[in-house]
Amino acid sequence: MSDDDIILSELSDEELVQQMHDDLYDGLKEEIEEATRILLDRGWAPYDVLTKALVEGMRIVGIDFRDGILFVPEVLLSANAMKAGMTILRPLLAATGAPKQGKMVIGTVKGDIHDIGKNLVGMMMEGAGFDVIDLGINNPVENYLEALEREKPDILGMSALLTTTMPYMKVVIDTMKEKGIRDDYVVLVGGAPLNEEFGKAVGADAYCRDAAVAVETAKDFVRRKHNSLGGR
Amino acid sequence: MTAVNPLHELLAEKGVLLADGATGTNLFAMGLEAGEAPELWNDSQPEKIERLHQDFVDAGADIILTNSFGGTRHRLKLHKAEDRVFELNRRAAELARMVADRAPRKVLVAGSVGPTGELLVPLGTMTYGDAVAAFVEQIEGLKAGGSDVAWIETMSSPDEIRAAAEAAAKVGLPFTYTGSFDTAGKTMMGLDPKDIHGVAQDIGEGPAAVGANCGVGASDILSSLLDMTAADPQAITIVKGNCGIPEYRGAEIYYSGTPPLMAEYARLARDAGAKIIGGCCGTSCEHLAAMRRALDDYTPRPRPTIEEIVERIGPLRNKTASESGGESTRERRRRRT
Repeated sequence: MSDDDIILSELSDEELVQQMHDDLYDGLKEEIEEATRILLDRGWAPYDVLTKALVEGMRIVGIDFRDGILFVPEVLLSANAMKAGMTILRPLLAATGAPKQGKMVIGTVKGDIHDIGKNLVGMMMEGAGFDVIDLGINNPVENYLEALEREKPDILGMSALLTTTMPYMKVVIDTMKEKGIRDDYVVLVGGAPLNEEFGKAVGADAYCRDAAVAVETAKDFVRRKHNSLGGR
Repeated sequence: MTAVNPLHELLAEKGVLLADGATGTNLFAMGLEAGEAPELWNDSQPEKIERLHQDFVDAGADIILTNSFGGTRHRLKLHKAEDRVFELNRRAAELARMVADRAPRKVLVAGSVGPTGELLVPLGTMTYGDAVAAFVEQIEGLKAGGSDVAWIETMSSPDEIRAAAEAAAKVGLPFTYTGSFDTAGKTMMGLDPKDIHGVAQDIGEGPAAVGANCGVGASDILSSLLDMTAADPQAITIVKGNCGIPEYRGAEIYYSGTPPLMAEYARLARDAGAKIIGGCCGTSCEHLAAMRRALDDYTPRPRPTIEEIVERIGPLRNKTASESGGESTRERRRRRT
């Protein structure tokens, strides 16, 4: 196949969406912006551009990240490209009242400044259509509680990279229990030194090995939550 | 290599060296609170740092690492201590130097240099020059306090390794570097253990040793070690693995590795060609003493396979580096040039 310049505007809708998946994979920000505008100009609903082009493209990136084919540098570039598309779509999505996947509050725990993993999860969650409220680094329990109260998210995500900071997750969850609000939220934890057993021991709903797993787990919990509400 | 550095000297004398165990998790056991900066203890609780060093020396360590892992300004700024980089690092090295100098045998002081926690451009905002400057500032302190070598560790990004290595060369200290292979057998930035040797070969005198530390469990890091020693059997290779896997019991973290497991890990590491062997997170003085005995009583065995490693010290948690990578399975339309 030739590698001649691809003129995005000359592609059919179907080809263009495929090309967007490739361009997201390759982290090509300007191409994603251009293609997003083209689809909108062709009358696509913003929500369809989001789900069929961006979310689906990031899902593929997530799979290859999970499988050790892509690593953090490539995924960060993909996420940046996705964000550029989202910047165009966000006001349109809000204006058209498009459905939302859910909302997540996320931050690294007190004493931990390592936010690469947390940022990746945040970007992949946005890429999957979630609203993400990022509390940044070094969060004492008060920050988490305040944000839960203010934002009423579906999910709380906590991240730690150090063995010296990961026990703080238990402090946060225990405080939530004391306040009687633990079960109002899905609590997901992640970070290099963590594992599934640790997640269980501190009382989280799930440990997520990487950003792709975080997205899948979040979707799963939100779906279950909706189902259980629907059954009432 | 023209100048003889102290690491090579001691290796020539002893053949294999035992590095120390964990710093962070042991300080935790001594009362460090979650969120506290260990480096501040160099000033506020020097007797505890001294005791940890002393305990490791008593357990048989040939190399002790300074309490300066998070000693760059980027890490210290979280604790509003970014103006104390030189002082805290010098103090870290002085404490280790003092313990090493009163030991009955030769003990080396390795100035620990951990990652800044920042991403380098184009992924993040830190320029390569800024990274070098931050590491120079730290390593100047480590040198002033008497470090024998800059011990660059738990790294993910090849660029950041190069920046730290360049800083060590500028300051005039020999350097070693180790990666943390915690993501599908590679570092989170995708560095394959077999490629570790070339990362900073051209900087200064080149590395005095390279290797792996931290990562996942003891089995996983030995898989990385096999890749590293296969890629360059002549290289001086370091392995400083975690003491099993972290587990939460009651209110504290425990590592699943027992002293006998870490002793077997040390024997396997030697079988696999490591020249400098130590422990990372969870490795206590008791574990280290077991590793010392294992190395002292060592009888050579053949190079182990992954299967033998798993059989002796337990399953791998992650994929190995050779299992990961490759092309995406999905079909692509066409590739842009």
